[in-house]
Amino acid sequence: MSDLQRLMMEPTDHHAQALFAGLSDISISQDIPVEGEITIPMRSHIREFDSSTLNESVQNTIMRDLKAVGKKFMHVLYPRKSNTLLRDWDLWGPLILCVTLALMLQRSSVDSEKDGGPQFAEVFVIVWFGAVTITLNSKLLGGNISFFQSLCVLGYCILPLTVAMLVCRLVLLAEQGPINFMVRLFVVIVMFTWSIVASTAFLADSQPPNRKALAIYPVFLFYFVISWMILTFTPQ
Amino acid sequence: MAAVGDLQFEEFGNAAATAAENPGATTISIEGPGESPTHQAGLPRGSGGEEDDELLGNDDSDKTELLAGQKKSSPFWTFEYYQTFFDVDTYQVFDRIKGSLLPIPGKNFVRLYIRSNPDLYGPFWICATLVFAIAISGNLSNFLIHLGEKTYHYVPEFRKVSIAATIIYAYAWLVPLALWGFLMWRNSKVMNIVSYSFLEIVCVYGYSLFIYIPTAVLWIIPQKAVRWILVMIALSVSGSVLAMTFWPAVREDNRRIALATIVTIVLLHTLLSVGCLVWSHSCDLPVCLRYKC
Repeated sequence: MSDLQRLMMEPTDHHAQALFAGLSDISISQDIPVEGEITIPMRSHIREFDSSTLNESVQNTIMRDLKAVGKKFMHVLYPRKSNTLLRDWDLWGPLILCVTLALMLQRSSVDSEKDGGPQFAEVFVIVWFGAVTITLNSKLLGGNISFFQSLCVLGYCILPLTVAMLVCRLVLLAEQGPINFMVRLFVVIVMFTWSIVASTAFLADSQPPNRKALAIYPVFLFYFVISWMILTFTPQ
Repeated sequence: MAAVGDLQFEEFGNAAATAAENPGATTISIEGPGESPTHQAGLPRGSGGEEDDELLGNDDSDKTELLAGQKKSSPFWTFEYYQTFFDVDTYQVFDRIKGSLLPIPGKNFVRLYIRSNPDLYGPFWICATLVFAIAISGNLSNFLIHLGEKTYHYVPEFRKVSIAATIIYAYAWLVPLALWGFLMWRNSKVMNIVSYSFLEIVCVYGYSLFIYIPTAVLWIIPQKAVRWILVMIALSVSGSVLAMTFWPAVREDNRRIALATIVTIVLLHTLLSVGCLVWSHSCDLPVCLRYKC
């Protein structure tokens, strides 16, 4: 007799026996193996992590990260109040953008004038230390955003200014003059406002309500300085 | 906080009698524990009833005074310790900036606006803005001077930012440190009524630099007369804020030392402002010699 049957035949409550009356004639024989697959409908993330991201091809890994970065670029270009940038933060996008910007902004080594534009290291340091300072500032003011989430948002919102840099470089290939400068000024101003709007859309909710302006002003200063560097870039 | 001697319970026999004796004092009647005390926030406190008010603690101004004394209690290696230096709201920062722009004679900036809540937000970001304002306006004015010259090649002069940053941040931290040390030393010799903490001095210096931001922007105008008038106005506003803040602190001292302190403060301030503005708007020497600017 199996354990279950023994349990059923014990002299328990009459009430309980009446409840379990229908079950007394169930018997589970020991030579029927109980096996099978249990599928739980969970997010596809978990299945990836517990199975084989090690065994997948390199192309899969790179494409997955590139798609995540691309999705975040789309979120910056069409800023809506969404949490995607904050929830799945990554620093690939800011790194790519910062390196691109610094490469394009550095003064050429041919002309080693004493007081020229910034070097690659100076742009890099300004972007990253500026972002760290703004993050520290917003955390000290009492914002409830994590350190890397804030770095992620600030880095991704440099995307419009990088686009402005590319456009300026192309415009500078044409002849120089006031019209040239006006076009560049217009492009930089538009992209600067776009950056501010995008980063405010993501960051504003995490600040305490009576300190929002205090937290947003450093962001304004940061993008203003980067826009200034882009606008005053002159090819040697 | 009340001194030890104030904790003696005074005998108030008759409220009417004490009111008749001291017409200037106010008396508060406190009900029994079963009834809710009817305190309002604006009610003035009597001289002897302060302990009772603090115990009851449902007066807002009581609570803030009680909490203000316990503010900096976290050890310095925790993040919360540094959060206490950023405990300001937007309107408070705006009020402090307004106070630095409009010095009212007789009103002390520290007592009026800071009120034992010094913040580091204002000094830090005002200095950062000033650094970039000076560098950018210097660059722009150089550009405008040479506008139209075919052989002029525009350079962004990025090195000015680093130099300006070093000078301004060094001024905003080292001069308050020196001044605080000096005031502490004089305090040990002469008992002063007014003494400031180091952070309050940093705060005053930081906010007093705000007037230089619009001054630096307006210095783009190439007229010498306009520039010097602007710097005079900025210096008088900013210098008077500093002088009126520190005069009560050195007033009781030897007359000559007090005057020398105030003069030194204003002199250093002049040196910073005029030096920074003139330096940033001066052109490169070889360029200058070539174009005779």
